[in-house]
Amino acid sequence: MAQKNVLEAVREALFEEMERDKTVVLLGEDVGSRGGVFRATEGLQARFGPERVIDAPLAESSIVGVSIGAAINGFTPVAEIQFADFILPAVNQLISEAAKLRYRSNGAFSCPLTVRTPYGGGVHGALYHSQSIEALFCHIPGLKVVAPSTPYDAKGLLKAAIRDPDPVLFLEHKRTYRLIKGEVPAGDYVLPLGKAEVKREGTDLCVITYGLMVHYSLEAAEALAREGVSVEVLDLRTLLPLDREAVLAASKKTGRVLIVHEDNLTGGLGGEVAAIIAQDGFDWLDAPVMRLAGPDVPAMGYAKTLEDAYMLSPEKIAAALRKLAAY
Amino acid sequence: MSTQRQRRAEAPELKPGTLSKPELLQMYRTMLLARRLDERIWLLNRQGRVAFVISCQGHEGAQVGTAWALRPGIDWVLPYYRDLALVLALGMTPREIMLGAFARAEDPSSGGRQMPSHYGAPRLKIVSGSSPVATQLPRAAGVALASKLRREDAVTAVYFGEGSTSQGDFHEALNFAAVQRLPVVFVCENNEWAISTPQSKEMAIQRVAQRGHAYGIPGETVNGSEVVKVYHAMKQAVARARQGEGPTLLEVLTVRLTSHSSDDNQFSYRPKEELQTEQEHHEPLAAFSRYLRQAGVLDAPKEQELEAKVAAEVDDATDYAEKAAPPAPESLLDHVYADAKPQQ
Repeated sequence: MAQKNVLEAVREALFEEMERDKTVVLLGEDVGSRGGVFRATEGLQARFGPERVIDAPLAESSIVGVSIGAAINGFTPVAEIQFADFILPAVNQLISEAAKLRYRSNGAFSCPLTVRTPYGGGVHGALYHSQSIEALFCHIPGLKVVAPSTPYDAKGLLKAAIRDPDPVLFLEHKRTYRLIKGEVPAGDYVLPLGKAEVKREGTDLCVITYGLMVHYSLEAAEALAREGVSVEVLDLRTLLPLDREAVLAASKKTGRVLIVHEDNLTGGLGGEVAAIIAQDGFDWLDAPVMRLAGPDVPAMGYAKTLEDAYMLSPEKIAAALRKLAAY
Repeated sequence: MSTQRQRRAEAPELKPGTLSKPELLQMYRTMLLARRLDERIWLLNRQGRVAFVISCQGHEGAQVGTAWALRPGIDWVLPYYRDLALVLALGMTPREIMLGAFARAEDPSSGGRQMPSHYGAPRLKIVSGSSPVATQLPRAAGVALASKLRREDAVTAVYFGEGSTSQGDFHEALNFAAVQRLPVVFVCENNEWAISTPQSKEMAIQRVAQRGHAYGIPGETVNGSEVVKVYHAMKQAVARARQGEGPTLLEVLTVRLTSHSSDDNQFSYRPKEELQTEQEHHEPLAAFSRYLRQAGVLDAPKEQELEAKVAAEVDDATDYAEKAAPPAPESLLDHVYADAKPQQ
């Protein structure tokens, strides 16, 4: 089976979905003739034509707003926001419109829209090409938020997102685009939204995480294994709706939980996961639920010293795990 | 205080052209129905029976004139909250309007979930809208894009007030629609007041239609009390769209006869004389009635007959809706997503 990176997996999912379903259209800045600034949509306009892969003007609100209209009138748009840092002008369309269309019309109208966007740091992207924005959207009933960590998950979950009848925000960690490779079957397969996956079995501690941090957590788990501590790693994969069952199962199994995310600590998704465990998994805890997250600064700096100080790492995660193990 | 804008003394209105006598009568009847329904909802609000009303009064000519150039159920329409006459012209019923006013479960627009006047009806291709203004404009461009991609001759018409033309979404939508040459008509109902903000504080230009030029599309201004002119202007814009010539910005001058909504008192900011002048010269129902009498289409007995019929419809709709059931509390969690209810 072929080894592909996350970018190739995303591209393959788009290619196959556009072949399978003629209503799938792509809309975004530079997605057409340029193939996307990360080349995520490379070759698609050549294959499917400029009416199915549309280069939009530099205006995020209308990229999403137009896509919503096309979704209402029979298409299955996959819009791209070039960097998650630039999604903010589209927040009104995503939150006031896409998320609420089905509910406000009492089911008469709906919005089968996918919005893809690269997020995350570690790429010298500084304040405005490195942000994690998921927490804003995980608070919005009516939206779904997906953040795969592996190429296999990226392809299967993107297909699921495209086929989902509701608006899905599909977050691709840009550091994983080329860094992370894995087996990706050619051909059709779909992974379920709303389902986390245990990426590493363990018994002493568990890490609940997503995105690039899954890989750093796996490295940290390896380090701890050499020290005789068994660490389970749960990859959330879908951030909204959260897989409560998987979260509670992992915390029950190990009794010691470390939630890890690159996003700022305060108001980040870790708080929501921690609250679920504290409320419904309290009896099984042997230690307080711990969170390791990005510092509460507006964003990571460009200078390597600042970026490294901001970003988590396998070493930082391992240190937190040792503390949790020692509690 | 001088008037906001100089309305030129208008030439006598166009002859009906292709509009037949029955069509003209039906247009008038629709405007009359909208007015009387609207008045009834205000009454109900002041009696404490309906929580909120936002009004169509003074906009009927703009809405009915443009609606008559559209094909209900084939062309797509994205209204805003003042568009009562528009949705009636397209085929929503007085009962459906009242079900929304009373927030009943049977309300087709939202099952009582939205404030009144947030219209939606899939069978009529009236697309559900929201309260943040101008969000419907990019959506309309998207609806039109879909029609164009499928090579259909359906046209999309999106309606909004002049205040909405300050929003970024207005500019983004016109730009996108122009670049892609989409079959969409942008209809601005300009009543010169965005709640308490007069046009002179809303924009530096005289006519919203000028903005069309900035995006490379035709822009036209027409007086909303001249219903036949409105119809012809819209007909041309729709024809342009249908023929693949792209979007038009059609500005229709209207009068906001009431306060912004039942939660506003316009006499706290609006000069009485200005409203009076507008009312005397540009009130569309009276203007159209005069026009039709001059054209021999309407007379006093016919008007009385129409008033009686409309009154009966308004009464029926009020009774029906008031007796209808509100949405069940258990329905709160329905339709968040297509499938399972959210976790609680």
